[in-house]
Formats: sequence, structure tokens, C-alpha cells
Amino acid sequence: MNIANQQKSDSPVLAGQDQQPVQYVTPLADVESTQEGYTIHAEMPGVDKSGLEVTVDNGELTILGHRHVEEFSGEPVYREIRHTDFRRVYELDPAIDTSRIAARIDQGVLTLTLPKGESVQPRKITVE
Amino acid sequence: MNIVRYKRYPQSDLSVTLDQLTNMRDELDRVFESSFGAFFRPLGSLNRWNPAVDVYQDKEQFTVYAELPGLKKEEIEISLNGDTLTIGGERKHEAKADQGFRTDRYFGKFQRSLTLPVSVNSEKVNATYKDGILKIVLPKAEEAKPKQIPVSLN
Repeated sequence: MNIANQQKSDSPVLAGQDQQPVQYVTPLADVESTQEGYTIHAEMPGVDKSGLEVTVDNGELTILGHRHVEEFSGEPVYREIRHTDFRRVYELDPAIDTSRIAARIDQGVLTLTLPKGESVQPRKITVE
Repeated sequence: MNIVRYKRYPQSDLSVTLDQLTNMRDELDRVFESSFGAFFRPLGSLNRWNPAVDVYQDKEQFTVYAELPGLKKEEIEISLNGDTLTIGGERKHEAKADQGFRTDRYFGKFQRSLTLPVSVNSEKVNATYKDGILKIVLPKAEEAKPKQIPVSLN
């Protein structure tokens, strides 16, 4: 069984308020790094392009995946799947060029490419 | 002659912890066995990829969902042997990183078997794979469906 972390929001539920703490599951992910940049693969089964939100704010990358809920017929006999949405936050290496971050999702796996900025590539400086 | 030290009080090392974990797993298996009658047997050790599954049933069929992100449908093998459904496959991984790689994902082979409590009609089983979730519908065999028995007054 996959082991997933739970991240709760900070606000408690007070009587008479509509606010409910939203629970998320942290998607399993891997991070590859090369000289050109980073690639993140995050597993979010049940999430398609319409349920995906990727935002970059102040050096932080937030991935939110809303699961597509399918009505099941009948009664549950055995359940292991956590039917919660996914959320994961990464602090970005400042070398990443955030304007060139690309995302695509296929069969529940989000692939994010985060290229490093041109100026950070090692450069030979010509001596005049 | 080889002299092996006799360990009377094994230290708390990884093997002991693993033993305790496997004992706990056996306990859990026993719980499931008593409730569902050996319905579900997860295979494999703790380190392998054990995809999460959900099973639902209604009068007509069983529906099994398995979370299998990142596969191609040719990489998934589903087989039905009598009343035992087996889902298996392999997720390969190509590491292209030359500077670093961190993962909490699982790769490699996986397999889960479940024995269904009633017979199913193997010819009408169908499976779909979308957004990383495999959905298998197994219609119950005719004789296994619940029947209404009319009561007549004599």
C-alpha cells in the first residue's frame, strides 16, 4: 500500500462557521535534476487536465490535483484508496526560470519540467 | 569449526523491527481473513509496489478500482482464474538525471490477487484504464445473483 502524508490546513472548525479544514494527500513524486533543469513526476491517479492546478508564487511551486469522483454502483466491500485531493508544495531553486515551466499530465502522472535560466548555465567568458 | 556468537538478547535492530512489522501485518491479514473470508491477499514484501484497490459490489456485479498511475494499458495484465482475479504488471523506470534523483515512487513489478466471494461471468468481464485508475467490472454469474423467491399461500 502506498504511504501518503496528510497535510491539514491550520484553521480549526469553530461552531457556527462554514469553514471546514480541507484535507489533502501528498502525491508520491520524484525529482530528477540535470544541468539544464529539473523534472518532477507526481502521481495523482484520478486527476485529469481539468482537475489540475499548478501555481508559482514567490519562489514556491504549488501542485493541486482534484480527483475526478466517479459514482460507484453498490456498496463498498473493501477500500484502500484515499479519496482526497492532492497537494504538494516545492520550494524552487532560484536558478529556475519560472516563465518556462511546463506541465503535462498523462494517466495520472504529472510531468513538470523546470528549466534553469540561461544565465545560470556555465558560460565561457572571452577575454578581450 | 566456526564459532558463532549466541545472541541471547537481540538488539533492537532493523530485523527485529521488521519482524514486529510483519507480525502486525499478519495480524491485519488475520483481521481481514475473519471479516471477508480470505477475500484479499496482498502479496509481496513491505518494500514492493502494492497499488491501492477498492472493491464495490451490487446485485449484478463487482467493480474493482486500482490506482496504477503512469502505465500504458499494454503493461497491465489482468487474469481471472476461477474466482481469483489477479492484476499485475511492471512499471519501468528510465533515470535520466545526471546530477540527482530523489523519489518516493515505487517502480518495478507489482501484483495483487483477490478471490471473489461469488462466481463471476468471466466472459463479460471488462476493464478500462483512465487517468491512472484501472476499473474492472465483473458481472456476477447468473446463479450467484440474489433471487427473489415468491411465497405462495396454500
